[in-house]
Amino acid sequence: MSELLALAEQVVARAQSGEQVEAYVSRGTETSVRVYEGAVEQFTSAQSEGIGVRVIRDGRTGFAYAGTLDARVIDEVLADARDNVQFGTPDEYAALASPDGVAKSPLVLWDERLASFGTDDKVRLAIDLDRMTRSGDSRIRVESADYSDGAGEAAVATSTGIRASGRENGCYVSVSTLADDNGETMTGFGFAVGRDPASLDLDRAAREAVERATRLLGAGKPTSRRTTVVLDPFVTAQFLGVISATVNGESVAKGRSLFRDRLGDTVASPLITLVDDPTDPRAYTATEVDGEGLAARRNLIVDNGVLNTFVHSSYSARRLGTTSTGNAVRGGFRGTPGCGCIAMQLVPGTRSAEEIIGDIDDGVLIQMVQGLHSGVNTVSGDFSTGASGLTIRNGSLAEPVREFTIASTLQRMLLDVAELGNDLEWLPMRATGLSMVIRDVTVSGS
Amino acid sequence: MQDVASSVIEPDVLSRVLGSAMATGAEFAEVYAEDKRVTGLGLDDGKVEQVSSGRDRGAGIRVVNGETTGFAYTSDLTESGLLAAAQAAAQAAARGGVGVRNVGLVASPERRVSPVEVYPDSIAKATKVEMLLRANDAARASGSSIVQVSAGMGDSRKRILVANSDGLLAGDEQVRINFRVSAVASGDTGMQTGVQSIGGTIGFELFDDNDVEDLARRAAAQALTKLRARPAPSGSMPVVIKCGTGGVLFHEACGHGLEADLVSKGASVYAGRRGELVASPLITLVDDGTMQGEWGAIGIDDEGHPSQRNVLIENGVLTDYMWDFLRARKEGRAQSGNGRRQGYMYLPMVRMTNTYVLNGTEDPDDIVRATDRGVYVAQLGGGSVDTASGDFVFGMVEAYLIEDGRITEPLREGNLIGNGPQVLQDIDLLGNDFAMGSPGTCGKDGQGVPVGDGQPTLRVRALTIGGTAA
Repeated sequence: MSELLALAEQVVARAQSGEQVEAYVSRGTETSVRVYEGAVEQFTSAQSEGIGVRVIRDGRTGFAYAGTLDARVIDEVLADARDNVQFGTPDEYAALASPDGVAKSPLVLWDERLASFGTDDKVRLAIDLDRMTRSGDSRIRVESADYSDGAGEAAVATSTGIRASGRENGCYVSVSTLADDNGETMTGFGFAVGRDPASLDLDRAAREAVERATRLLGAGKPTSRRTTVVLDPFVTAQFLGVISATVNGESVAKGRSLFRDRLGDTVASPLITLVDDPTDPRAYTATEVDGEGLAARRNLIVDNGVLNTFVHSSYSARRLGTTSTGNAVRGGFRGTPGCGCIAMQLVPGTRSAEEIIGDIDDGVLIQMVQGLHSGVNTVSGDFSTGASGLTIRNGSLAEPVREFTIASTLQRMLLDVAELGNDLEWLPMRATGLSMVIRDVTVSGS
Repeated sequence: MQDVASSVIEPDVLSRVLGSAMATGAEFAEVYAEDKRVTGLGLDDGKVEQVSSGRDRGAGIRVVNGETTGFAYTSDLTESGLLAAAQAAAQAAARGGVGVRNVGLVASPERRVSPVEVYPDSIAKATKVEMLLRANDAARASGSSIVQVSAGMGDSRKRILVANSDGLLAGDEQVRINFRVSAVASGDTGMQTGVQSIGGTIGFELFDDNDVEDLARRAAAQALTKLRARPAPSGSMPVVIKCGTGGVLFHEACGHGLEADLVSKGASVYAGRRGELVASPLITLVDDGTMQGEWGAIGIDDEGHPSQRNVLIENGVLTDYMWDFLRARKEGRAQSGNGRRQGYMYLPMVRMTNTYVLNGTEDPDDIVRATDRGVYVAQLGGGSVDTASGDFVFGMVEAYLIEDGRITEPLREGNLIGNGPQVLQDIDLLGNDFAMGSPGTCGKDGQGVPVGDGQPTLRVRALTIGGTAA
């Protein structure tokens, strides 16, 4: 048994009669290197650890955390959580998860090649990425080239019988670019993510960062109109992140989901089949267990356009009279688990982005969106974001455009999806990307 | 000051740790230590779902050698834990050369920018719970169409200590509290939301002048009003922004672009433009960490430099950027009190504090009357900016159509988009009703820090509105 799980077990063993106790314990290390103009600008090496304790008594929940595993502090954390438990409102559905018999899908989330990767090699990756990017185009400057990795282990135990622990590591490189021409400057980025640092595709990260910035040079505002947009895979993944809020069981239970009474209905184009599958090892957010320690599992959310299921934590499931789908999510030891999608994937289409664009007479390729947090309301469904990208004219990519918005509603956009690309991309996010064509979106420009 | 500083780490320990950090011949070393306690209460769906408390205590050690910064952090504040982190940071910054330096620390006098009358952690949790329940009841009593309410209260007490190899030793205590309410209204046209928040670098006396039930009623009224909202227009038109709601416009349109780290890398449209007219002559923009009680107020920044009031734009002319230690050192000039970080696990960088536009002369009602057709924004949401191109967006949470000089129908939500330098030039009317806005969290390079903003009612001649209506 891992040391952390033993520690978590020691805490929950102190549960008193009439009380449920959960302990979540984690520990991690990270390294990050930032290179600027060919030299190391920042080098960070750090370790962190902490514990979060949840206590439930008479339907009331108390929680406390601390950023240390010092034994005396752990005692205080448990005492604080017990103190906090007095003040909540009793909720008949409040409870910790109990083992549900679903077996974990074993995943290998630890790569020994990363664990033994030397400091000098990490620096070299960032320096190489900086150099490769700058040599990609004479108009390119690099604002920063980064290498970053993390390794962590975590354990969760509850007085209701949950025992789970695991460790994982991962690394990525990323580069931010500036392209200058005629007194204007455009920005771009590129990245590569994985568990084996030697297999990170620096060449592609550099190429994309150069292309994203340089192809926007000379951009003007597009003409305002309703037209077809093609979302770049990265933008589609961000869009899925927004959609996930609408299928969240807790939002449904509390009446905040615009799809709350639409289970079994057609809510999207028949082209849309959306799964949440943390058991796919290719996913950046792949995991064996969810934030409550239940086995993560594959859930079919939208099946050929029909809303098949919401995703649930044990709490939202109890409220709605169903069972957890293994979708408790937790942002570390400083908080309690919520409910959400973990690793979304769309079933891809059959054609490449180039073939898809070849059939579009008038449209805009959306390379980047700005303000998803400020212009999208997942309760009302209103969708409006800033954007930049390339005009699509007569089946080809044409002049760049920027400083415009795209707007519709989430409900309409899902129904207006006209095609999905075959260009599935694994991204450092809770969703994968692919090209997505959406009809009849309002472009506001000049 | 000695109280705050020495209660986290003893000064003689700090001297030894800094000496160790300098042992590889570095030019500068710094210890930033933090002891933070937070309390949070959340109500949703009629129930106080959770009461939580947390503590974080640790130190970040920075070593600068030429253009390279090494950084390490630890939650172990014993001398051995700090020495291990110091050596890790020194190694990270090392470029050869060995030297040993004794660091003598001189304590700076403490200057409390935001005195606290009633520490939030001295208030019984039961009192806080009761306030959440009252807010819930008030929002729900606003109308039968209010179908859901959530409310939250959070407070924090953070003690920081900064010591560096130049001999600086400074401390600060930062106490913050905030309260927020959001409401969902449901009607024939679907669901709409309203949200209101207040907060400050202040104690529980925040609630002497702010009634949480009133806040809840405003959130509910906003959601109810939006039930009859029509789609926002699409395209370019004049936009009037109500006082105390639009500071985020300046935060995004130029604030980030005036941060010296982005300027020095040529990643800002405002690079090299000091002394030039970059905004309408109506605009004087200030960043001010000394504003007592405001959300972005600090006694010292997270590099130990006292907070300041800095004029960034005066009558439209760019007067200065905002500076942290590294960028100021490179330029051979003084810091401006803008070196901030989220916590001990992060390196400091140039950040805003409270950013605001000074009053103009117009009566705010006249500004609306002078507008034939446009949009009146009564509350802005968040925003973001690409500092290199200057393109920025911000959301409108509550907005109305202006027709024939009158505020008429409510509009659904959407983003507005503009280009910073252009929008600053396009501000053609500025009111005399200055007000500060709601507490905000500014995100940059993965770090969030509390910031405030403010402005009088103003008009932008033309902004692109990201709605769907013709």
